[in-house]
Amino acid sequence: MRPVLIVLRSALPFIFALPILLVVQLKISPGWEIILISAGINVILAASLNVVNGFTGQFSIGHAGFAAVGAYTAAKITTAMHGLQIMGLSAGVSDQVVFFLALVSGMITAALAGLVVGMPSLRLRGDYLAIVTLGFNEIIRVIIENTPFLGQATGISGLPRLTTVLWVGMGAVATISMARRLVGSTHGRALLAIREDEVAAEAMGVDTTGYKVRAFVIASSFAGLAGGLLVHLIQLCTPRSFTFVKSIEVVVMVVLGGMGSVTGSVVAALVLSFALEGLREVQQYRMVVYSLLLIVLMLTRPSGIFGTREIWDIVKLPRRRRAGAETAP
Amino acid sequence: MTEFLQHLVNGLSVGTIYALIALGYTMVYGVLKLINFAHGDVYMVGAFSGFYLANAMDVGAHPSLGKAFVVFVGSMIICGLLGVAIERFAYRPLRQRARLTSLITAIGVSFLLEYGFQLPAIPWLGIPFPPGPTPRFFPEPFTRIGWEPFGVYVSNYDVVSFLTAVGLMIILQYIVYRTRFGTSMRAVSFDSQVAGLMGINVNRVISYTFALGSGLAAAAALLFAGSRPKVDPLMGLSLGIKAFVAAVFGGIGNVPGAMVGGLALGLAEEYVSGYALSSYRDGIAFAFLIIVLLVRPAGLFGKFRAEKV
Repeated sequence: MRPVLIVLRSALPFIFALPILLVVQLKISPGWEIILISAGINVILAASLNVVNGFTGQFSIGHAGFAAVGAYTAAKITTAMHGLQIMGLSAGVSDQVVFFLALVSGMITAALAGLVVGMPSLRLRGDYLAIVTLGFNEIIRVIIENTPFLGQATGISGLPRLTTVLWVGMGAVATISMARRLVGSTHGRALLAIREDEVAAEAMGVDTTGYKVRAFVIASSFAGLAGGLLVHLIQLCTPRSFTFVKSIEVVVMVVLGGMGSVTGSVVAALVLSFALEGLREVQQYRMVVYSLLLIVLMLTRPSGIFGTREIWDIVKLPRRRRAGAETAP
Repeated sequence: MTEFLQHLVNGLSVGTIYALIALGYTMVYGVLKLINFAHGDVYMVGAFSGFYLANAMDVGAHPSLGKAFVVFVGSMIICGLLGVAIERFAYRPLRQRARLTSLITAIGVSFLLEYGFQLPAIPWLGIPFPPGPTPRFFPEPFTRIGWEPFGVYVSNYDVVSFLTAVGLMIILQYIVYRTRFGTSMRAVSFDSQVAGLMGINVNRVISYTFALGSGLAAAAALLFAGSRPKVDPLMGLSLGIKAFVAAVFGGIGNVPGAMVGGLALGLAEEYVSGYALSSYRDGIAFAFLIIVLLVRPAGLFGKFRAEKV
């Protein structure tokens, strides 16, 4: 394929999504907009966590910690640039450009945090990562609450409301296409090999630690994106938005959808986000429900709803079986 | 110098608690190769069962040493049973499956305990259970007496808890290395399949290991309540992580390693936060863990065993 065509193919999902998202943004009521945006942020978090927990077979439970890193970076940048205008651009466009730069910087700092956490813990077997990421999630909170520059426990308030359906939709499309294209690439094959059998993968010449760290860094950077989008929706950046409750919520989405299935994570994230809107009255039972869900899922159906398959594999299956039945004698 | 000694006393008293909890992590890891995420929360349940027992016996109004002993042993038994139940219903059905499955279940159990205890109390139970998110305070089982030798403050609670913890560790050392059960436990930890072929009842050994580890966690909870009487449902979370760090530092799966690791972490935390970074106290254990994983991932006494296929 010619390079131009490759670029076009990568851009295809965005080109398709753009008009749909624009229409949705214009038609939607403000109440539904918030619900849809939070669902979209959950999709970004779940699909990116799936790269680590699903494809690579490691287990991170501190995804919200990386979201916090991205969120604080983005929030600091937009508040610092608030009121300033880039030369030659109108106020609205300038704000959007600043927001874009803030989100990208958030992704970069979150990726760096992922590198620092991933490097030591991913050299070992998977279960160390779980406890290190849980610890990281707590430490990030301690650091934020002790740093006056980051607003301590009260956080940074007065952020501009910049997150729209379009931004979140584009972020979700980027995350999903990243995950899908990653798993089809050489890199993705290596990750799957690590998941299936780490020793065998290493014997076949896969640099296991290197690939694990790279997957972890990619996932962390997208968590940073989700964090940046979240704080510019609620216009407030506090450590309370990024506790391990949030991390576990994302883990439940990935496990429920099926570890290794991108569409599974997306479906589970959407279902859980909308279900939680309905259950707002009984907030206190939320974590109890999550933990029970995790235990029962592991005992009865550890592969989740979709397993490692994608939604189109499941929809296609009956057709294939019918074709087989016809040729059978 | 006085400050240095005071930190030494504080570090030792916290370190023994870490060591007791770390022992539970390390023993379970030894026999199951599973990081028992729920262990920190078993510690929390130990604190609460002590709290309820103490209230039921009215320790606050009529303190006595006998009651303190009953509360102590009672909580250890309750936690031991809880540990056995968790293993029986959550981990055993998954033992033959992928390791990740049991790890996720362990995380589930941990959060179930943490958030189940934060629910509002059930009205028809008679006692305020579940306790809800507000912290409770432990009644004092005997009067607090403080001494100040060389200007260092030491209370009788510190002495009692330190001696009890050391006593428990000596008993554990005896159980693991001198008794029949200890021998079979080490055999299961070495190779559970072969141990089973040699006639060891692997299931029973694992159950007893959970009972032992969870009982030690309850003991740690009650001893810690002597200096920090606040009890709340999330108390096991950070303490659990710290004890895990101690176990990794000593070499996970290694019983003496957990004791040394606990003491080392307690002292390190006390000195670093005492002299330099007091507000980042909870972060020290984490930095410690990262350094251990970078420099010597097998821990102080652990041997790095290459995986055989």
